[in-house]
Amino acid sequence: MTLKQIEGSQGVAEAVALCRPEVICAYPISPQTHIVEGLGEMVKAGQLRAEFLNVESEFAAMSVAIGSSAAGARTYTATASQGLLFMAEAVFNASGLGLPIVMTIANRAIGAPINIWNDHSDSMSLRDCGWIQLFAETNQEAIDLHIQAFKLAEELSVPVMVCMDGFILTHAYERVDVPSQEQVDAFLPSFEPRQVLDPARPVSIGAMVGPEAYTEVRVLAHAKQIQALTLIPEIAAEFKAHFGRDSGGLIQPYCCDGAHTVVIALGSVLGTIKDVVDELRAQGCALGVLGITSFRPFPLMEIRQALLGCQRVLVLEKSFAVGVGGIVATNVRMALDGTGQKVLTVVAGLGGRAITKSSLAATLVAAMNDQLEPFSFMDLQHEVVDRALGRERQIRRSGPVAESVLRDIGVVASKIS
Amino acid sequence: MSHQPVKFYQTGTFTVGNRLLDESIRSVQATKTRSNSLNSGHRACQGCGEALGARYALDAAMDVSQRQLIAANATGCLEVFSTPYPETSWQLPWIHSLFGNAAAVATGIAAALRAKGRSDVRVIAQGGDGGTTDIGFGCLSGMFERNDDVLYLCYDNEAYMNTGVQRSSATPPAVRTATTMPLGAEPGNPFGQGKFVPTIAMAHRIPYVATATVADLFDLEYKVKKAIQIRGAKYLHIFVPCPLGWGAASSDTIKLADMAKECGLFPVFEAEHGKVTGVSKIRKLIPVEDYLKLQRRYAHLFGKAPATDVISKIQARADENIRTYGLLDTDVR
Amino acid sequence: MFQTRIHGRGGQGVVTAAEMLSIAAFLENRHAQAFPNFGSERTGAPVVAFCRMDDKEIRLREPVMAPDAVLIQDPTLLQQVDVFQGLRQDGFMLINSARSFEALGIGDIARNMNPLRCVCVPATELALRFLGRPMPNAVLLGAFARLSGRLAVDSVAAAVRTKFSGVVAEKNITAARAAFDEVDRQLTQQAGVTHS
Ligand SMILES: Cc1ncc(C[n+]2csc(CCOP(=O)(O)OP(=O)(O)O)c2C)c(N)n1
Ligand code: SF4
Ligand SMILES: [Mg+2]
Repeated sequence: MTLKQIEGSQGVAEAVALCRPEVICAYPISPQTHIVEGLGEMVKAGQLRAEFLNVESEFAAMSVAIGSSAAGARTYTATASQGLLFMAEAVFNASGLGLPIVMTIANRAIGAPINIWNDHSDSMSLRDCGWIQLFAETNQEAIDLHIQAFKLAEELSVPVMVCMDGFILTHAYERVDVPSQEQVDAFLPSFEPRQVLDPARPVSIGAMVGPEAYTEVRVLAHAKQIQALTLIPEIAAEFKAHFGRDSGGLIQPYCCDGAHTVVIALGSVLGTIKDVVDELRAQGCALGVLGITSFRPFPLMEIRQALLGCQRVLVLEKSFAVGVGGIVATNVRMALDGTGQKVLTVVAGLGGRAITKSSLAATLVAAMNDQLEPFSFMDLQHEVVDRALGRERQIRRSGPVAESVLRDIGVVASKIS
Repeated sequence: MSHQPVKFYQTGTFTVGNRLLDESIRSVQATKTRSNSLNSGHRACQGCGEALGARYALDAAMDVSQRQLIAANATGCLEVFSTPYPETSWQLPWIHSLFGNAAAVATGIAAALRAKGRSDVRVIAQGGDGGTTDIGFGCLSGMFERNDDVLYLCYDNEAYMNTGVQRSSATPPAVRTATTMPLGAEPGNPFGQGKFVPTIAMAHRIPYVATATVADLFDLEYKVKKAIQIRGAKYLHIFVPCPLGWGAASSDTIKLADMAKECGLFPVFEAEHGKVTGVSKIRKLIPVEDYLKLQRRYAHLFGKAPATDVISKIQARADENIRTYGLLDTDVR
Repeated sequence: MFQTRIHGRGGQGVVTAAEMLSIAAFLENRHAQAFPNFGSERTGAPVVAFCRMDDKEIRLREPVMAPDAVLIQDPTLLQQVDVFQGLRQDGFMLINSARSFEALGIGDIARNMNPLRCVCVPATELALRFLGRPMPNAVLLGAFARLSGRLAVDSVAAAVRTKFSGVVAEKNITAARAAFDEVDRQLTQQAGVTHS
């Protein structure tokens, strides 16, 4: 292993290369680009022996991945945002067919309005597509999760998405420990597919299934996710034995013992939350943090267990279900069914809005004092929303919403956040 | 074309199995060792041209690749009728992913084989005209442009049959489909629309592009075999009548395929690196009317007051093909 | 934790500067985090990048709101962007300019700060002299090493070599060392002024 100060994307590219992928295909979209560019460079330079395909769309990228995985090759791709939506049909297909593809999602908001910055709307929009979804808190964890992901995917014959916050992680330089090839080889066996297109033993993959068996096939997909609930911690433990690091697993509790209020979140924002919680704990606040690493499968029991004894849960989400509310919170409520624990949802960081320590601290304090609405948005400019609604009430042709909101807010380049 | 050592003009048809011939010049279909890659028992309609075309093409491909062949299949009739769960007709490794991605899935298979050093295994992708010329066109063009080592087979029955005969961009003008009804000022599919993908494939300068029909088995097998042996992107567009969608007799499938070629509406040719290198000449020129009349999808052009103007516009299309591709031997004329 | 914010324009290597800064800190066995204030910037647009350094792991991911140091690669930004937002009075201020704070119209701000922590360095001129290109980013890091005292100029040089190679790297390093010396000269002079 080697300590390096590199960009998150480069770290992931190196980690993926260490996993010896045989086929890599991708279509460029910010903020995923640096990852595949890094891999493409390694292939071109002859450092990595793999087929690297520049395809014509994300839909083609996932389709190529389906073909190559079905033909028995370890396959990797990466995308984000619009790209994930553009490939959506093939994403469902890959999991439906049970093909162990590993894909990085460099999490980014979805348009319209077009926005290249980070939130979790992309991954969340496909949360129920049958892929395993793992969220990385740091670049180190992103590296580690990719190495674990290939093992997990191939063991279960299920595709895995490793989600890492776009820009915040993908474009951040920080210290990472990149394992050696020998270490990864010792941890990750070569790909032994459960199904493969092989002229020596012909099979048909992807047959039509009618009402007589469709339910069973879907239940089998669910069963794989349930198996993953056991396998993910096992692989994390094995990873620790090989690499000496805690990485991955289903959930990551931080100071939850004795906490009255626990903040739940996914991804890189957990670091900022922990800093804030440390400061508030020093002032005597009984706060804890629960990071969810595996969002699919969703570890209902483990979360329920980790939250035993706390009175209040604050779910901080980087996306939301328009027309309903929190997505993660809905799942957490399921985990807490019957306990009577209060679940609050705060949506933050949409489209890259900075999640600052000061806003977080204010939100946590409000939550502890029971002054937080059950569903709220952090740092929302209420007046902007109200003015837009007012305009719509008054004027029939009120114009495109995004444009008038931008006009309302004015020049943003002059502020840091 | 030079590949055809014997001319078969027996009994007015062009269909030749033909077990009476010397073994060396029999078609793959006529051999005892043919692989039946699309085995019997599938659920295609009686007289389905697509089922026939797929078996012909894949058996030839299996033969020439020594059964080292993998197929990716688009959604469509061929996929649905061949794999009613839990059965399958396919006697080769076969994958169906989606409607619009067969070419890309095949690219992925080819990439995996390259990664594994399996240059002996050949890859085909196949789909209907809709899966090829419409929804799968982006993936197809990408596969061509990268010159991926895949043979793409398009089974052109000139409409979306699987979903109940809707118009595709390969549907000819005037044709009645569920979405181009024979109503209004311009009954049926409008003139001035649609595309002919073989020439678009040629524009990619890929090593091999060809058209064929299920009526000429020797020609079809020759082209498949030739294509399989070429490295890089290949495209074969096979004309496959659909009795159900065309409103034709099941027994007329071969006949209609032959007539489409003989009237000039469907040019049969091959091209290498963007240049036409051979055409199947028309043996006995027929007016388009003879061909159209056998199909109920053109019924609105006939009857008490035949739409002679429309028929002559269709004839003009055939004539243009004849000129463009030189389909007539001057001596035959 | 020491937090730096770098302001410049697309094309001036703002993000690379923050990255090199973090690499220099890493080479001194410290934890460091560099990241851009992500955007789809085109050449010429205002760009911000951040660098945090600490002796322990850095978990914080917010943009640098209260910097210990601001590094301004393009003085024309002074009129356009609130580059001093959150800058502490005892913080560091490094501006790429051959002019004085007064001439730049920020005399008021500079006067409120510790004079030993504010300098203007003609980094673009130095870059032109040593590199033949108006690329001030690496040059300013040399100045920053001297001004902040947080990094050895050799670490900056080593970081520059990870981003550039061969002659370009060496020319950048020469320019960075010249900037280091220039700041040293100014600070010594300033110290004389302050002590007398
Ligand atoms: C994305 C998507 N859109 C629509 C369909 C529905 N669909 C399935 S097969 C088909 C028509 C197939 O037509 P064609 O490709 O010409 O093949 P044919 O059935 O005529 O052989 C359609 C529209 C689908 N499966 N997927
Ligand atoms: S509808 Fe046409 S293409 Fe489909 S199975 Fe029937 S005959 Fe074949
Ligand atoms: Mg069709």
